[in-house]
Amino acid sequence: MSHHKPHSHSTSPANAEAPRAHPPAFRWTRKHLLGLESLSAHEIEFVLDTAHSFKEVSTRSVKKVPALRGRVMVNAFFENSTRTRTSFSLAASRLSADVVDFSESQSSVTKGETLIDTARTIEAMGVDIIVLRHPAAGSAELLARSVQCSVVNAGDGAHEHPTQGLLDLYTIRERFGKVAGLKVAVVGDIVNSRVARSNLWGLKKLGAEVIFVGPPTLLPRSFETLGARIVHDLDSVIGEIDVINMLRVQFERIQTSQFPSVREFTRLFGLTPERFLRCKKDIFVMHPGPMNRGIEISSDIADGPNSGVLKQVTNGMAIRMAVLYLVSHAGAADH
Amino acid sequence: MRTQYDHADVARAVEHLTASLAAAFDPAAPLVVVGIRTRGQTLADRISSLLAARGFAHIGRGVLDITLYRDDLSEIGPRPMVRPTQLHDEIDGKPLILIDDVLFTGRSIRAALDALSDFGRPSAIRLAVLIDRGGRELPIQADFVGLSLPDVPIEHRVNVHLTETDGEDEILVEPRTVEPRSEKPRTA
Repeated sequence: MSHHKPHSHSTSPANAEAPRAHPPAFRWTRKHLLGLESLSAHEIEFVLDTAHSFKEVSTRSVKKVPALRGRVMVNAFFENSTRTRTSFSLAASRLSADVVDFSESQSSVTKGETLIDTARTIEAMGVDIIVLRHPAAGSAELLARSVQCSVVNAGDGAHEHPTQGLLDLYTIRERFGKVAGLKVAVVGDIVNSRVARSNLWGLKKLGAEVIFVGPPTLLPRSFETLGARIVHDLDSVIGEIDVINMLRVQFERIQTSQFPSVREFTRLFGLTPERFLRCKKDIFVMHPGPMNRGIEISSDIADGPNSGVLKQVTNGMAIRMAVLYLVSHAGAADH
Repeated sequence: MRTQYDHADVARAVEHLTASLAAAFDPAAPLVVVGIRTRGQTLADRISSLLAARGFAHIGRGVLDITLYRDDLSEIGPRPMVRPTQLHDEIDGKPLILIDDVLFTGRSIRAALDALSDFGRPSAIRLAVLIDRGGRELPIQADFVGLSLPDVPIEHRVNVHLTETDGEDEILVEPRTVEPRSEKPRTA
């Protein structure tokens, strides 16, 4: 095995991030979390700072606080996602909420009708928060308009995945002590990715530069109008970026004409050991998981000192605790 | 009724509190001093330093955020900022002094006791407050009091200002200016 040993990039977390000062009058008022596009920079930072406090809870010997005691959270997942569902469940447990899982694969019934009917049924059981994962873009918003309880979007089609966007922001801020001024590349199947979109909104609001990288078939020029820099040649930007967020290659799409062959994709857009050598020494490598080792990211890099992959998972818990806490009885209605 | 106390009054109250604590605990034995955010934390810092100056050699420190343990979370409406709890030393088996600025209904102390029990089991927990203003809603009393203000009407607020957070040391007794919690603004 001729493994290219990644050069010793340092990842000393010199800038342990601390909560920023918020105006004393600021209070979180949103009952739902549907996406990052509609949040202000201030609201985003408020969630990140709240998550910072919740991270401490997970370090205690008793990893539980009574903040949501007596509340019920339902995981309504119309698409499989074991990790996101588990993360939300654990986050809710640490806040002492009761958790119910409701999973249903898509039936042939009209999606909209099924979704709202299902949600109202769940709500009638006395639920306080619905965490929704659904293949249709806009489903979380639709749901929020149809029920009285809080709705947290855990991914709606290719639209948004706000808690993933928030945990990525948190992890970047934790690593660099700031987000503003950083150059962040999001690489891969952009057009089908809700993670890419939530990253874009959050990063831009906090002042980072977002570079979308992918083949033209998976990254149309139209994305420029959203405020991202569009690049089809990863090597042209590899030396200037501070963060690289490698999206998962979605095999269910790989057979389509949009997608190059796996080998071609790895050669052009994968984070290979050779490409890694041309990165900045302290480049921060991220991946929303689950990873396809050897395809979009090489194993050595994923497990190496520049990787933030497991930190993303840990921080995701804190972000979801913060979000569940904040949207519960948020007072003034969002809609 | 007196409504204003200046920095000399605050200093006297802190000194009185420290003296009672110094008399009650063994300076050679471990002692943990924990303040409740925000002003209890500042007072705990001051009292720890004063105790150290009196020869207390093994003081552990900590700050407690009780937001997640409050029993009025569903009433306070939009979320206030949650801050981390930091207990720098083991609290198991040592006496612990819990410090807050004003003791009123006792609900904050109830929350603080719940929070502490998630971190460990001190040999004893004692409560020290700068001001006891009466008005308890729970069976909780302070063990050490800097200044007693038993005649403050229930609808008044006792506001403690400390140099570190507010620019100067003073205590103000004022009629409530903000709406009571139960009357949070309603939206249509």
